[in-house]
Amino acid sequence: MSDFRALDGNQAVAEAMRQINPDVVAAYPITPQTEAVQVFSQFVADGEVDTEFVTVESEHSAMSACVGAGAAGARVMTCTSSAGLALMWEITYIAASMRLPMVMMVANRALSGPINIHCDHADSMGTRDNGWIQIYSENPQEAYDNMIQAVRIAEHADVTLPVMVMQDGFITSHSVERVEVFDDAAVSGFVGPYAANFQLLGASRPLTFGALDFYDYYFEHKRQQVEAFSHATEAVLEVAADFNCRFGRDYGLFQAYRLDDAEVAVVVLSSTAGTAKVVVDDLRAQGIRAGLLKPRVFRPFPAAEIVRALSHVKAIAVMDRSTSFGSMMGAGPLFLETAAAFHVLGRAPQIPMVGYVFGLGGRDISPPDLEGVYHDLLAVADSGDVGDPVRYLGVRG
Amino acid sequence: MPEPKGWKELPIGGIIDSPGSARDLETGAWRARRPIVDKDKCTSCLQCWMFCPDMAVVVQADKMRGFDLYHCKGCGICAKICPADAIAMVAEAEAGTEGEGG
Ligand code: SF4
Ligand code: SF4
Repeated sequence: MSDFRALDGNQAVAEAMRQINPDVVAAYPITPQTEAVQVFSQFVADGEVDTEFVTVESEHSAMSACVGAGAAGARVMTCTSSAGLALMWEITYIAASMRLPMVMMVANRALSGPINIHCDHADSMGTRDNGWIQIYSENPQEAYDNMIQAVRIAEHADVTLPVMVMQDGFITSHSVERVEVFDDAAVSGFVGPYAANFQLLGASRPLTFGALDFYDYYFEHKRQQVEAFSHATEAVLEVAADFNCRFGRDYGLFQAYRLDDAEVAVVVLSSTAGTAKVVVDDLRAQGIRAGLLKPRVFRPFPAAEIVRALSHVKAIAVMDRSTSFGSMMGAGPLFLETAAAFHVLGRAPQIPMVGYVFGLGGRDISPPDLEGVYHDLLAVADSGDVGDPVRYLGVRG
Repeated sequence: MPEPKGWKELPIGGIIDSPGSARDLETGAWRARRPIVDKDKCTSCLQCWMFCPDMAVVVQADKMRGFDLYHCKGCGICAKICPADAIAMVAEAEAGTEGEGG
């Protein structure tokens, strides 16, 4: 039987980790993720899990310990944020290229400087090319559900890649909401036992891990990683279908909210999508056909599926809670990816598309801000004129 | 070296699943200076064999027999360690066929 509890995003993630009962967790505290591993370490201390909890002196060491444990054949999890993820950087590439299916929660936080502890997506977006699957969560429930599904996605035989599960720092990680916590046995039944394909400690089959790889083999190994991502989309859907069957919540590559007959649509990740749903409902009540597309999986980027889901709208806003300095017109990564998808896969003439960068360093985004975006879109749809294609929303002039 | 495998055949993750495959790699191709042993000076103490990082010192029946030039990288550790000063490091261009064939 499920239990309904009041949990913030970090506590919900710690609950999921308790139920998954990983072999090894190696983690270092950093705001706003700290609470997740702190709560989990209490489960370890209380003997509620069998996990070997490795306290380390830095995130570089945390990820290194995860890599070592993963290579040994353990089911591995960790959590981090911001500068912690930045310090892991080198080793995140190694985890991915060694094809170690670990799961890491990232409570999104701005990257210095100036130093800032609040939410934006600079940390995880900066790692979008490191070879990890990326799943974004809107609220504590999704963070909990995504952690559980991430284990199966990472370990899927056609995938074997590490997975990052994001939630918005503070906004989600520290906001208490109603969270459905499944039965322990149901979760462990869903994730199942883990049997690594390759094990460093399997004496019957000697293997070498982390060998030098030059121009003779490196390219082939990178090509294999690309291939794994091409299977990941299917694996995400397969795991989501089983999750829905057992737990009754429907997940996909993205969530389409009142999008079927929408005239104007916003594409936005994570908690802001929750705010946008309220705005969509308000606008609908006024007779405005507003819709929303909330990507769940950013890596692999579901380009064809997103283009298909938005092909009928008259104008699109893609909203980024991070920027890419020096990119085309200072656009954010989600806009760039979506615009590229429409250029390659979309119909002609192109649907007018506007990029918004918002919420950097935790700058609040309110329903009136989002209403403004929808009204901008209505004007763009009317005139066919995009005007300024990349806009900074909520920054003082 | 066998024909290199394509990405569809290779084990994933850069894993090497056939132990001892380093034997196939001709590390000797990097060598700039070649160790040449003076068999009259050599006492077969086997210190060179112990210290060689590439297991490139050939020993048969407890006797130092020369070098495996397919794997010897020419690092010179053997020459440095030899208590009898029996190993000379000779530039490859000048070494000719000396020391080849063990
Ligand atoms: S260290 Fe010198 S003396 Fe000893 S075995 Fe090697 S070559 Fe001979
Ligand atoms: S030169 Fe270096 S690699 Fe070659 S035999 Fe001597 S110690 Fe070994």
